[in-house]
Amino acid sequence: MAGTDGVGETADVPGALERAYREEWTAVVATLARRLGDLQAAEDAVSEAFISAARTWPRDGVPPKPGAWLTVAAWRKAVDQLRIRQHISERGLSSVADLPTTDAAPADPVPADPEEVVMEDDRLGLIFACCHPALAPEVRVALTLRYVAGLTTREIAAAFLTPEPTLAQRLVRAKRKIREAGIRFATPPSSALAARIAAVQAVIYLVFNEGYAASGGDELVRVDLCAEAIWLGRVLHRLLPDDAESAGLLALMLLTHSHAAARQDSHGKPVALSDQDRSAWDADMITQGTAILDTAMELRTPGPYQLQAAIAAVHAQAPSFGDTDWPQIAALYAELSRRSPSPVVEVNRAVAVGLADSPLAGLSVLTPVLESGQLDGYGPLHAAHADLLEKAGNADAAAAAWARAIETTENGPLRDEMLRRAARHSPD
Amino acid sequence: MKYALLIYAAPGARENPVAGDNNVIDSWLDYTVAMKDTGALLGAEQLAQVDTATTLRMSGADRLLTDGPFIETKEHLLGFYLVDVPDLDAALDWAAKMPIMRYGTVEVRPVLEGQAWRAPME
Repeated sequence: MAGTDGVGETADVPGALERAYREEWTAVVATLARRLGDLQAAEDAVSEAFISAARTWPRDGVPPKPGAWLTVAAWRKAVDQLRIRQHISERGLSSVADLPTTDAAPADPVPADPEEVVMEDDRLGLIFACCHPALAPEVRVALTLRYVAGLTTREIAAAFLTPEPTLAQRLVRAKRKIREAGIRFATPPSSALAARIAAVQAVIYLVFNEGYAASGGDELVRVDLCAEAIWLGRVLHRLLPDDAESAGLLALMLLTHSHAAARQDSHGKPVALSDQDRSAWDADMITQGTAILDTAMELRTPGPYQLQAAIAAVHAQAPSFGDTDWPQIAALYAELSRRSPSPVVEVNRAVAVGLADSPLAGLSVLTPVLESGQLDGYGPLHAAHADLLEKAGNADAAAAAWARAIETTENGPLRDEMLRRAARHSPD
Repeated sequence: MKYALLIYAAPGARENPVAGDNNVIDSWLDYTVAMKDTGALLGAEQLAQVDTATTLRMSGADRLLTDGPFIETKEHLLGFYLVDVPDLDAALDWAAKMPIMRYGTVEVRPVLEGQAWRAPME
């Protein structure tokens, strides 16, 4: 941590710069984006501010509020740019050489101390812009990870197995659309707020699920998208403390991620919930997730994220798989199904009913899903089907279902586990 | 900012409107009045049927005329409103209220401003 004496700060300029970059970059970009209405111009100005900092901090010492210093410096760079552009459009390119440039080092360190609240509003505005429904879902994800979470283009490209130039191009186009289409860096009016918050939550949950499922690819090069999503969830919950579903989403992610250490064995093979070493679950994460869920439920506006978090909490509280309150889980899935009907939820409900009641009862929940054909390519459906058939004693049908499950699963370790279980039914 | 609200629908779609209790204003006149009252309305035009279009391109010095639209599509451009509103969300809100929402589609497209060619119009 930076000392308070000027000498110490000057000595540790590289460290202070790096820390400022990590901790302040997204906040400064957010403030500039809101003032300029232009994410690219904001990013460019902030880059210049960091260059100025690298030049002047070794000489003048690290300012007491690096974020505020950088904001002012970036704002001046942006104003310079606007002046230059205006100048060119009025007097032509050749006259630019006469323009005086201001050194970005702010003469007055910080005019009026930018209130914390204002900065938080800027950040919220940036989040709403990045997750605007007028942008394609994959674009929202990329923008949010780049400008809200502060990941690099390379990291995001690796995380989504996209070539870096493709991703960079996508971001450039997105920034141009935000500017030219008039997407505002602001909290939407109350009439639209609920839908827009839901869009933000969807982006965060998509990032989390991408990290959780890690569908295909080499895990070693992937940034921890689950951790990034949880961080984003914390930001959203902090900015919107009264939004129950934002709290529910954070709780859900924490409770789900608490299993991270137990859901794969030392060879990277997936371990089913029934076989997980519950002592390896992250107790702090469970405590935190449960507490956040409790506060969310006090707001008395239930929703899908809270329900899913509640399901995860029931699992977290169970001493063992056998001692899980399956009727409670089945009831929560039924409520979830009622509120946001989806065949995927029905698959999960079937599994819970199978355990709460009987494999046959579970199969009867699954039948309409299978008949609809909607999830034909969905591995977990066939895995659940196979498992229920197996438990119901129908070995032949189970073998066929395992074959379908294996066909429809890309993830290597998951497939291996299915192959192992399917082998039990092979005729030899 | 200025936006064009480009109105599209398939021929005959009007015969099968979608109901639903939302903010759609069902009369074009009422819609136009509402837009005018807020000061958002800059202009609007309704285009004649697409089969009245004539498409022109040049082949060397010769005019090549085609009887019909440039691109045959299922949904036709029927007309547009030109609006001046603070941001995309406001433009989308106007689009969402349009009577066409019962049976068609609106493309919200920002309008560029400040180009040199505009000078004679200003």
